[in-house]
Amino acid sequence: MSHHTLDITDLSYTYPDGTAALSALSLHIGHGESVAIVGANGSGKTTLLSHLNGVLLPTAGTVNIGGFPVTKQTLPQIRRTVGMVFQNPDDQLFMPTVYEDVAFGPVNMGLPSTDVKARVTAALTTVGALELSDRPPYRLSGGQKRAVAIATVLAMEPAILVMDEPTAALDPWARRQLIELLRTFTHTKIIATHDLDMALDLCERTIVLANGSILKDGPTAEVFRNLPLLAQAHLEQPFSLQNCPLCSKSMGNNTL
Amino acid sequence: MVKLESNWLDLRTLDELALQKTPIHQLGAGTKLGTTLAFIMVIASFSRYEVTGLIPCVFYPIVLITLGRLPYQLLLKRLLLVAPVILFIGLFNPLFDRVPVAAVGPLVVTGGWISFLSISVKLILTITAALILIATTGIHAICSTLYRLGVPQPLVVQILFMYRYIHVLLEEVLKTLQAYQLRSCHNSGIGYQAWGSLLGQLLLRTIARAQRIYQAMLCRGYDGHIILETTAARKKPDLLYFAGWLLFFSLCRLVNLPQWLGTFITGGLP
Ligand SMILES: Nc1ncnc2c1ncn2[C@@H]1O[C@H](COP(=O)(O)OP(=O)(O)OP(=O)(O)O)[C@@H](O)[C@H]1O
Ligand SMILES: [Mg+2]
Repeated sequence: MSHHTLDITDLSYTYPDGTAALSALSLHIGHGESVAIVGANGSGKTTLLSHLNGVLLPTAGTVNIGGFPVTKQTLPQIRRTVGMVFQNPDDQLFMPTVYEDVAFGPVNMGLPSTDVKARVTAALTTVGALELSDRPPYRLSGGQKRAVAIATVLAMEPAILVMDEPTAALDPWARRQLIELLRTFTHTKIIATHDLDMALDLCERTIVLANGSILKDGPTAEVFRNLPLLAQAHLEQPFSLQNCPLCSKSMGNNTL
Repeated sequence: MVKLESNWLDLRTLDELALQKTPIHQLGAGTKLGTTLAFIMVIASFSRYEVTGLIPCVFYPIVLITLGRLPYQLLLKRLLLVAPVILFIGLFNPLFDRVPVAAVGPLVVTGGWISFLSISVKLILTITAALILIATTGIHAICSTLYRLGVPQPLVVQILFMYRYIHVLLEEVLKTLQAYQLRSCHNSGIGYQAWGSLLGQLLLRTIARAQRIYQAMLCRGYDGHIILETTAARKKPDLLYFAGWLLFFSLCRLVNLPQWLGTFITGGLP
């Protein structure tokens, strides 16, 4: 697998209850790109991401990953390629301990137990949650759960990383850690978020969704300077771009 | 207001207890499973009027609870939960079996009451043994042992996920109830008008939750097969443990210890 590209053509999705969540959406994401997906609540971000690893299958249109269409037959391969961090970590953690939860993916990949151990330790260390290993996941705080959920995906070493609101519920330090961590992840990454400062920080490209279709697709800095567009999409300019004396002062010596 | 929060966390304490590292916990899962099965079989093989002979068997759960550092109250609570079932199973014995076997003053004790007592004690002992097994071994290790012993994988996976999902689904139920209670001003249970929508809500929510978890499992390469790992048993202590208890069980079964002790002390007076 050399090319971790992603092609979506005329993707439409209607939920069983009749809600049309995506309509005729097309986009291409190249190998190694880092893309932010932003938009108001209910604009279709989660629905779009759910198509990238076949949690949802299109009502119309196609999704191609690394040249393979996402269908029932290709799912096992797609799911090895695409690592998905869900919006709600409670849905992702189901084993009795953090360690077993992170090991679940690697064990299913059929890795020998020494490799599993190495991967789990590495993934937990990366998210700074190694000392939580023996704790039951349902007893963790929201942010700790989030960190562990990310570790479960990192342990599978996916080629494309897809995250739904990764910084929600994280304290500023943990958020900063996560941003630095994501920066080191050089493969393709796709992040749906309301944290526009993070988008500005990590992603060179931003896609703005509104009512299930693409309102704007372009370089992040450019998108976030377009005030009428942001207002239309229920968004606000990131603090670091607003000419607030306080923020710009802190900007001077910080890499926000 | 019901203490939902504390209750639903309580549900998983058995799992947490299984993570301890006492000598009992360190024994192989197969050893403990075997011993528990042996215990249950010995208990079941006692005659239906046996009561005194069962008394020494209490020694087994007591030793395990102590060495495994399990909280008595927790096991008692679980037992209370199944107490109605025990009562129900044994209830008909005194009605059907009215043969008098002993008389204490004016009080005539019928065979039915004796067998009722015997059944209750047996059920309590076996259920306690099963609870102890889960709390000292963990459901995962038990299942992988079952699998290694030749129980078909689909069955083992069923047991494992049933156990796991029950907790998750109960959590969902309790959260919904809590949300309802927090916003309903009268705190006297659930109004009958709300029952319909609440039940529908519960059903949909638990199904959606189960589906999302299942999706998350699929995303991490789950394909209906789980790879069950067990820690290898340390041969010698395990063998000793198993053999020791087996000896004790056979002793309990073959010799009525309390009676024997009685005759021994009183010097065999008639
Ligand atoms: N399971 C579902 N059944 C029916 N409709 C749904 C379902 N999930 C989402 N929707 C609808 O689909 C639309 C898009 O939802 P989606 O979850 O993709 O939004 P989002 O952009 O992720 O929002 P948020 O920022 O709040 O996470 C919304 O109108 C929502 O009401
Ligand atoms: Mg969403």
